[in-house]
Amino acid sequence: MYEFLRDLDRRWIFLMMFLCVAVPIIVIGLTGETFPEEPTDLARAVFHAIDDMPSGSKVLLSYDYDPASEGELSPMATMFAYHCAAKGHKMYFMALWPVGPQMVDDTIENILKRDFPNLEYGEDYVNLGYKSGYEGVIKVIITDFTELYTTDTRGTPWSAIPMCEDVESVQDMDLLINVSAGYAGTKEWVQYAVTPYPKLRMVAGCTGVQAPLLYPYIPQQLHGLLGAIKGAAEYEALVTAKYGEQMARRDADGNPVVDEEGNYVIRGKYTEGIRRMGPQLVAHLLMIVLIILGNVIYFIEKRRERRR
Amino acid sequence: MKRTIPLFITAIGGFVLIAAVFSGYTQSWGEVAAIWFDVLAAIAFILGGGNLMKIHLRKISDRGAGWAYSVVTLIAFLATLIIGLGKIGVNPSEQFPEYGMSGSYREVGGPFWWLYEYAFKPLTATMFAMLAFYVASAAFRAFRAKNLEAMLLLGTAFIILLGRTYAGVWLTSFLAPDGPLSGLRLENVTVTIMKVFNTAGNRAIMIGIALGIASTSLKVLLGVDRSYLGGGEE
Repeated sequence: MYEFLRDLDRRWIFLMMFLCVAVPIIVIGLTGETFPEEPTDLARAVFHAIDDMPSGSKVLLSYDYDPASEGELSPMATMFAYHCAAKGHKMYFMALWPVGPQMVDDTIENILKRDFPNLEYGEDYVNLGYKSGYEGVIKVIITDFTELYTTDTRGTPWSAIPMCEDVESVQDMDLLINVSAGYAGTKEWVQYAVTPYPKLRMVAGCTGVQAPLLYPYIPQQLHGLLGAIKGAAEYEALVTAKYGEQMARRDADGNPVVDEEGNYVIRGKYTEGIRRMGPQLVAHLLMIVLIILGNVIYFIEKRRERRR
Repeated sequence: MKRTIPLFITAIGGFVLIAAVFSGYTQSWGEVAAIWFDVLAAIAFILGGGNLMKIHLRKISDRGAGWAYSVVTLIAFLATLIIGLGKIGVNPSEQFPEYGMSGSYREVGGPFWWLYEYAFKPLTATMFAMLAFYVASAAFRAFRAKNLEAMLLLGTAFIILLGRTYAGVWLTSFLAPDGPLSGLRLENVTVTIMKVFNTAGNRAIMIGIALGIASTSLKVLLGVDRSYLGGGEE
C-alpha cells in the first residue's frame, strides 16, 4: 500500500478530482439539494450597497472577465444584473477585457430580456462595450465618458441615448460594480477611479486568487467584495431571500412554486453559485486528504532514511 | 537619435502625468496623455498581430520544433481576424438597414459568434478548468510540512479550504453562532485570517512595491535607467 501511494500515478489523482467534481454536480442536478449558505459581512455589504440605494440610481457595471473564469464569475455577474434590475436601477454595462462584451451580452440576453421584458434599452440599461487601453480607459472616462464612448455597441450616439443625457463621467454614477478576473479589473478601478475620487462607491466580485490582494482596500475604497464562488453563493442567498417570489419557478398558472417547507423553488440560473458549492466542498476535502497523504508518505520516507 | 527621442517621449509623458496629479491647472494634460495611451494601446494590437505572424511564419519556414502548431495558430488567427474585421455573415442593424455591414460582429448565429461560442469559449474554459487537476497533483507531491513556516502555511490552508465550504460550518457547529467562542467557528476563523493576517501582509507588500515603483519610475523618467530601450547603437 505504501509503495502504491509513494509511486501513485498522477492520473489516479486526476480521476479522483474528476469524480469529486462530477458526482456532486450530478447529485445536485438530480435532487436539487444544496448546502445552506450563511452570508458574511462582505457579502451583506455588497447586498446593501445595491439594495439601499433609491430606485433609479445609476450603476456602472464593468464586466472584466472572459470565458476562462466564467464558471467562477458568471453567477455573481448574473446576480448583480438581476439585483439592479429588480431594484429599478439604471444599468450602464461596459468592459475592459476584449471578450467582456460577450459576457455582458449573455447577461442582457438571459436575465434582462427574459425576466425583465418591461425594461427598455437606452432607458433602463445600455451596453457601452469594450475599449482598449485597460486602466487608460478608466483614467479617461473618470472625467469624460464621451472622449472614448462616442456611441454604444449598437452605434447609437451618446447624446441620443436617453439614460446617458445627464451622465458626463464615471463620477456621475451612484455605484460602481466590477466583476474582475485579473488585470485590468478591480485593482485598477480602485487605483484610478475610487482613490482619486473618494466620493465614488464601489463593490466588486472577483476570482479566488484575486480576493486576498483586494482585502487591503476594504472598507474605505471597496465597500464590499464577493470572493469567488463562495462569495457568489452568499450573495445569491441574500438576493433570493428578498426577491425569492420573483425569482421562483412558475407553475402552469404562473404562480411561484414552493417546496414542502414553504420556501420558494428558485430557478436554476439564480442558484448557480449555491449549487457549485457542492463540488467545491468535495474537491476541497480531496485536496486536504491528498496533502495529508503526501505528508504521511514524506515522513515515513524520512524515518526510513534516518534508520538507514 | 534612436535612443534620445524615446527618452524624451518617456520623460515628457511621465512628467506631464505627475504634474496632472498635483495641480488642477494641468489636470487636462493628464487626460490628453491618457487618451494618447488608449490610442497607442489600440495600435499595439496591430503590432501584436504583426509580431505573431512574423514569429510563426519564421518557425514554419525553418521547420522548427512544433511548426505544425504554428500553422494551426496562424489559420485560427487569420480566420478570426478576417471574419471579425470583415463582419462576414453579419446582417444589417435595425437602425441602419440600408448599410450591409452595420450589424454587430457578435450577432447571434453569425460566423464570429460561432467561432466564439464553439471554439474560443470551450477551449479557454477547458484550459482554466484543468488547473484543478494540476493543483490536486501538486498538493499531493509538493505541499510538505518540512519546517515551521511550511506547517503554519499548511494549517492556514486547511482552515481556508474548510472554512470556504459548508464543511467548516458543520465541523464547528457545536460552537453557538452568538456565543463567546463564535470566533473559533471555522468560517469566522477564515474571515479573521483574510481580514487581519492577509490584509496586514498584503498592505506591507503593496507599500513596498509602490515605493519600488516610485524609485524605478524616477530612474526611467530621468534617463538613469535605459534598460527598457534594449540594446543597439546610439
